Amino acid sequence: MKAGSNLEKVLSSGGFAVTAEIGPPKGADGEHMRHWARELKGKADAFNVTDNQTAVVRLSSMAGSIILLQEGVEPVMQMVCRDRNRIAMQSDVLGASALGIKNLLCLTGDHQTLGNLPGAKNVFDVDSIQELLLFKTMRDEGKILGADALTKAPQLFLGAAENPFGTPHEFRVHRLAKKIKAGADFIQSQVIYDIDRFERFMEDVRSRHLDGKVHILGGVTPLKSAKVAKYMKNKVAGIIMPDSVISRMEKASDPKAEGIRICIETVKQLREMKGVHGVHVMAIAWEEKVPEIVEGAGLLPRPVV
Amino acid sequence: MLQGRRRILVLGCDGCTQPPRGLREAQTYRTLLEMALGRKGGEVDCVAGTVSKQCDTALLAQNYPELVKGRDAVLSLSCALGVQLLSLQYPEVPVFPGQNTVFLGYEHRDEGWLREACQACGDCVLGETGGICPVARCSKSLLNGPCGGSHDGKCEVRDDIPCAWQLIHDRLRQLDRNEWIDGIVPPRDWRSSRDGGVRYQKKDEDWNEPARKEVKR
Repeated sequence: MKAGSNLEKVLSSGGFAVTAEIGPPKGADGEHMRHWARELKGKADAFNVTDNQTAVVRLSSMAGSIILLQEGVEPVMQMVCRDRNRIAMQSDVLGASALGIKNLLCLTGDHQTLGNLPGAKNVFDVDSIQELLLFKTMRDEGKILGADALTKAPQLFLGAAENPFGTPHEFRVHRLAKKIKAGADFIQSQVIYDIDRFERFMEDVRSRHLDGKVHILGGVTPLKSAKVAKYMKNKVAGIIMPDSVISRMEKASDPKAEGIRICIETVKQLREMKGVHGVHVMAIAWEEKVPEIVEGAGLLPRPVV
Repeated sequence: MLQGRRRILVLGCDGCTQPPRGLREAQTYRTLLEMALGRKGGEVDCVAGTVSKQCDTALLAQNYPELVKGRDAVLSLSCALGVQLLSLQYPEVPVFPGQNTVFLGYEHRDEGWLREACQACGDCVLGETGGICPVARCSKSLLNGPCGGSHDGKCEVRDDIPCAWQLIHDRLRQLDRNEWIDGIVPPRDWRSSRDGGVRYQKKDEDWNEPARKEVKR
């Protein structure tokens, strides 16, 4: 065991893991985090707390993660490279570990021009692969990469993201391999609507035997309407939205229910896919639907490990 | 910026500025300035000149004291280097920038654009990346490949920015060079960039080169 987190235990025992997301509020509203922690407790093995997602200022991922811990819910603390240099990153991880955070997701981060403070200066001192390398070195060697030893190494279960739908497509499996080499223990994928392309990505993964080296969790997001689906197709970088999904949403008499149905079907397909070890449910601003999706896919109750 | 100034020297630079800002442009600016100032009434006396390189101390010292003498402002059409060096050379006259210095880039004459291509980061990786700079041309200066926002070969920031890593990937494939596709570049030393404090180099001595990054395989 690297960190002994609940998520690590579920995955290393061969179980099909479920993670979900609790997005921090745009304010000093700790009660928001507490509310969702109570509502969703037991419906997933761990909950991601996003780090100023889409470059919009929100309650910090570390504070949000601590609130989840206080409620007895396991967090996956996200950390992007956009806002911190390697000094702040490592310092925050030492602090997070000292406070009991065990799962850490390493991300590049959306560019600041896409958010609510487009005039901000970015950092990008390291990229997400180098970020993994820093934290793996801290954990496994008990030192700062290229510098001094730590008095106590942080115990971390390290995660990363991968986007099988980003370009160049043929590079994506190479990038996954780099992330594994750099220290990723688990991967949460970009949202999957094009299950065929994801299956082709998994074929590449399996042919390079990477599925034995890392736990891949497929990402899903329920759609609320055909309008949202079209927006994702046209405006959100790195998502492939097949026309068949848009058309299903358009024809549905109850689009919200259809969105949940599509999401549950995808989770079931992912469960059958060789090399996929779990799902990551990103019900963005729709957290109340997480239990329905997880239950609908036959993944409740969650194992106690 | 030039409010209240009547005796202005507009000084072009024949150096590397793009688009050109030489004598012809300096004369055009002088005419425009005189028209604008003349409308407010009173005597106006503007002159135009140019320097082959405003960033060259020797050239500035030799040829320009007479032009600068008696002027109440210099409007420099060079990049920020000329503006700063003129200020050093002629401390008695205020020097103003005639343009923003935007980036180190190259020009596409037919399509009519200039594109940023170098950030002068002081630790060149072009030899490893097929001649395409990820520091300047990736919006996040990533060194290990494209982020998740790369789509249809374009950057997540704007559709008119090509994803630098798509270009690098394609170029390295074309050259059958795979070491940067599979290797990991460790965190780099940014001291050679802006992060070691203000940069300084003695002439005729090698730049104190930071340790080269090694590609792990």
